[in-house]
Amino acid sequence: TPLTDTVPPQVVPGADPSARQLCFAWGPAEVLVCETLFGRAGGSRSRCLSRSPSPSRFWGEGRAGAAAPVLTGSVAGTGEGAPSSSCVFVVRRDQDIYIQTLRKLFNESHGIFMGLQRSEEELAGKSRKAQLVQVSKNYRSVIRACMEDMHQAAVSTRDPALQGQYSTQVSILSAMELIWNLCEILFVEAATAGPLLLRLLDWVRLHVCDVDSMVREVLSSESPSKHKLFWNVVDVFVLQGRMDEARHLLSKEASANPTSMNMYKILDDLMKKMPVPSLGNIQTLTELELKWQHWHEECQRYLQDGTFASNPHMESICKILLGDEDAILEKKELMTTWYHFLVTRLLYSHPTVKPMELRFYAQSSMDLFLGGESSPEPLDMILMAAFEFEMHQVIKECSIVLSNWWFVAHLTDLLDHCKLLQSHNLYFGSNMREFLLLEYASGLFSHHSLWQLGVDYFDHCPQYGRVYLELHIERIPLSTEQKALKVLRICEQRQMHEQVRSICKIMAMKALRNNRLGSALSWSIRAKDAAFATLISDRFLKDYCERGCFSDLDLIDNLGPSMLLSDRLTFLGKYREFHRLYGEKRFPEAARLLLTLMTAHIAPCSFWMTLLTDALPLLEQKEVIFSAEQTYELMRCLEDLTAGNPDKQKFQDDDVETTKVEMLRLALARNLARVIVKEGTVEGS
Amino acid sequence: AMEDVSAKFVSQKISRTRWRPLPAAALQPPDLFATGSWDNEDNRISIWSAGDLENAGLNGEYHGEPHLLCDIQHNGDVMDMQFLDQERIVVASSTGTVTIFRHHQNNQTLSANHRWEKAHYHVDQDTSCGGAACTGVVCSNPEIVTVGEDGRINLFRADQKDAVRTIDNADSSTLHAVTFLRTTEILTVNSIGQLKIWDLRQHRNEPSQIFSLAGDRVPLHCVDRHPNQQHIVATGGQDGMLSIWDIRQGTMPVSLLNAHEAEMWEVHFHPSDPDHLFTCSEDGSLWHWDTSTNVSEKPSFLHQGGRSTAYLSHSTINQSVVSAWLSNDPTKDRMEITNLIPNQTLSVNSLDVLGPCLVYGTDAEAIYVNRQLFA
Repeated sequence: TPLTDTVPPQVVPGADPSARQLCFAWGPAEVLVCETLFGRAGGSRSRCLSRSPSPSRFWGEGRAGAAAPVLTGSVAGTGEGAPSSSCVFVVRRDQDIYIQTLRKLFNESHGIFMGLQRSEEELAGKSRKAQLVQVSKNYRSVIRACMEDMHQAAVSTRDPALQGQYSTQVSILSAMELIWNLCEILFVEAATAGPLLLRLLDWVRLHVCDVDSMVREVLSSESPSKHKLFWNVVDVFVLQGRMDEARHLLSKEASANPTSMNMYKILDDLMKKMPVPSLGNIQTLTELELKWQHWHEECQRYLQDGTFASNPHMESICKILLGDEDAILEKKELMTTWYHFLVTRLLYSHPTVKPMELRFYAQSSMDLFLGGESSPEPLDMILMAAFEFEMHQVIKECSIVLSNWWFVAHLTDLLDHCKLLQSHNLYFGSNMREFLLLEYASGLFSHHSLWQLGVDYFDHCPQYGRVYLELHIERIPLSTEQKALKVLRICEQRQMHEQVRSICKIMAMKALRNNRLGSALSWSIRAKDAAFATLISDRFLKDYCERGCFSDLDLIDNLGPSMLLSDRLTFLGKYREFHRLYGEKRFPEAARLLLTLMTAHIAPCSFWMTLLTDALPLLEQKEVIFSAEQTYELMRCLEDLTAGNPDKQKFQDDDVETTKVEMLRLALARNLARVIVKEGTVEGS
Repeated sequence: AMEDVSAKFVSQKISRTRWRPLPAAALQPPDLFATGSWDNEDNRISIWSAGDLENAGLNGEYHGEPHLLCDIQHNGDVMDMQFLDQERIVVASSTGTVTIFRHHQNNQTLSANHRWEKAHYHVDQDTSCGGAACTGVVCSNPEIVTVGEDGRINLFRADQKDAVRTIDNADSSTLHAVTFLRTTEILTVNSIGQLKIWDLRQHRNEPSQIFSLAGDRVPLHCVDRHPNQQHIVATGGQDGMLSIWDIRQGTMPVSLLNAHEAEMWEVHFHPSDPDHLFTCSEDGSLWHWDTSTNVSEKPSFLHQGGRSTAYLSHSTINQSVVSAWLSNDPTKDRMEITNLIPNQTLSVNSLDVLGPCLVYGTDAEAIYVNRQLFA
């Protein structure tokens, strides 16, 4: 089959099984493998760590019922490993996530998925069904496009290993599409007797491509009827119910053999007259069955009276038309698969098969076709489960054998929208749809760049999506501010306050480490993180005290309403405003503001000395600026500071501080004297 | 119409798309564009052909999807990108490095032509780490101006090894974008809602003018200047708001237009038809703003099915007779706004318009080309 290939078990590179004990822990999307010294008392053991990737088993040589990715660390052996540095290995789980070409599949199907979630069930009955079928077709066309790209890549590469990889992917994609298409016919569209057969015929024609090259070769030859494979091609057409094409070919042969013209005419007529179910026509099934019976009897007559006896090819075709199982089975090589055989059999013996009857024909077709020579492969089991309408079995088998969660997650979601899965709850409380979507989205989040897609999937998991998103989003590395903004937007839109705070804090810390006080402050303003804003304000004030000037004026001058975020930030803004007023020589306003900063307790006590020192030049101005009342208040501030300070010792010991206090007292006393004189004069005059 | 848009999934998140400039007096529509990717383990600069020139129809329009001509690995996220001339592209990296790539058209290859390592950096340029993302680049051959997360402004010349001029600590917050106002003056926008003008002739390391959003100081992410009327400037903010500024007067925007629901990543006046403006956003939409004419006089324009069309009257503060962008007569000048992407979900990070053509790139790893913008 085209689906055969093998991938050896993957060995984690670098994990030295001979030297160290290994332990592992499952994460949401990957496995951590660590080296450990635990339990080494009995001497060292040698280990082999392997993971069996599932696709190989699936498509492999008839090993049915393969297991899910299995991680084994086999323990055995002898020897003594010297203790050395330990390593932690990360083994990824959804390996297909990392295939470059499949990113197209993930991205494009994300759009379809979102469209499906948006398309609420406003449409009823037929139009809703048509909508769902269209969605299903869209998914399939993305798979096909991907297959095309992958095929192109396989053809254009010169690296044989890579070529092998691509071909494997092509066969996996093609199997996925085959299964999806069948599910679309049986579950999504739920085709009824009549149209069901037509759909199955289309399905076979689309997917049995092994004979296409032979058909092309014969048709493009100079004289097709002389080609040695001519009858094979006619048979292929008949087996697939492509009557017009078969008749066209036969007419060529007929014109070359005028002697058997009559025989051709009869066969041609039989093929032309064959009644087939139609989609648009209003003929009832009973009418069809009646016509079909009639036609069947006519074929029977011609076969029995030996009309085609002289030509074994035509005789065998007539037998096929009659649904003769042995005659059809003789063409096994031209059908290649048991499900082609099934559909051909249905076409010529049960054209009005009902969905629920499929399971019997499917089982017996498989048994007849395989004939006990080979056992069914996982793909066969999946298709069989579909024919048996065991939807959950289909999904379960696919989960086990496919190396990605993409397929089951999207298919299950679609089936859920068709209202086919409602009764099925899993033991841990979430339903199957949600479980699979969570798995898939977790895989996306483990990827360096596909994590953004995962967000929307989590959004549509009502039960655990939120928790998963919260856990995953915190693990996204914030390499640039731009990326941080994107992550932040995701969190803000979903009111994830905790995560918003943490992202802003991380970014603010980064900025602080890089000495970007302005950026740090704007991050903490965004998170409304008062404590951090205070911390940064203190850094600004410290810088100011050390250097005697402000950095980042463009920011501090433009704080606006965000100034109210923290007291310290308010103080910073106001203090800077004082400096601006002072610089603009608006002394009375500056003086008033300075005093308010202390009396209204906006300024931290530790900063009062600086503020009082800032008052000095105002006290020394020619013009009297502080009123008597204001001067008294300044004096009280100074005394509160020196008296109330528990660290009184400091003021006495520190000469500079003592001098400062003395200078201030002197300046205040002089100002008071001046202002009394001034105010007295003003009032007296 | 929608069918004129061709899409291609490219397996990398696209951060920038740029049309190659047309030679003077060219009659053909643009045919080549460049893209840059971000957030991939392996980021790339790629050159694309917009469509199949071989099958070009009689009117010179192209068919088919864009196809890759050549690409080259790029260290770090592509933060911004600008064609210097027909062959050279200047690329800003999240590592702080600024690189000029040359597109060799004879053999369709790309090569790094010149590189300024860590043009933007935190703390110390010489340490092994500490590069700061270069967030914006603008060039006017041979001059190149870059801005970054480090609040630094660099002026380079394509032919000189060292920076011609560097303004350290030009801004205390992150500079998000830069554009030329006049040959010697540049405009920058930052993360605290400020628009600043810098005169590069002056040796003062301070902006010559600061404009600021009122209220919440919403970060500004992009800026563009009206191609003909240099006093009209458009910026886009974190809240998706479009601000129009008249830099001749006031310190606040002339009008604030409610636009996207999330960060506006790029804003571009149409270079030759500046009554049209295009914006794209994190919310996955791309808007076409049209002030070209009285709506009633132009009935067929952009009314094709499937598009959501909205009308918005200006909420203007200031009157000017010169431009529709500054006008405040709501009865006469209505603006027609069309969302060109109805059902997109992931961010549209970048767009570029030239002639009748639009190219844009998304976080859904797709690039789109619309060749008949005004059809």
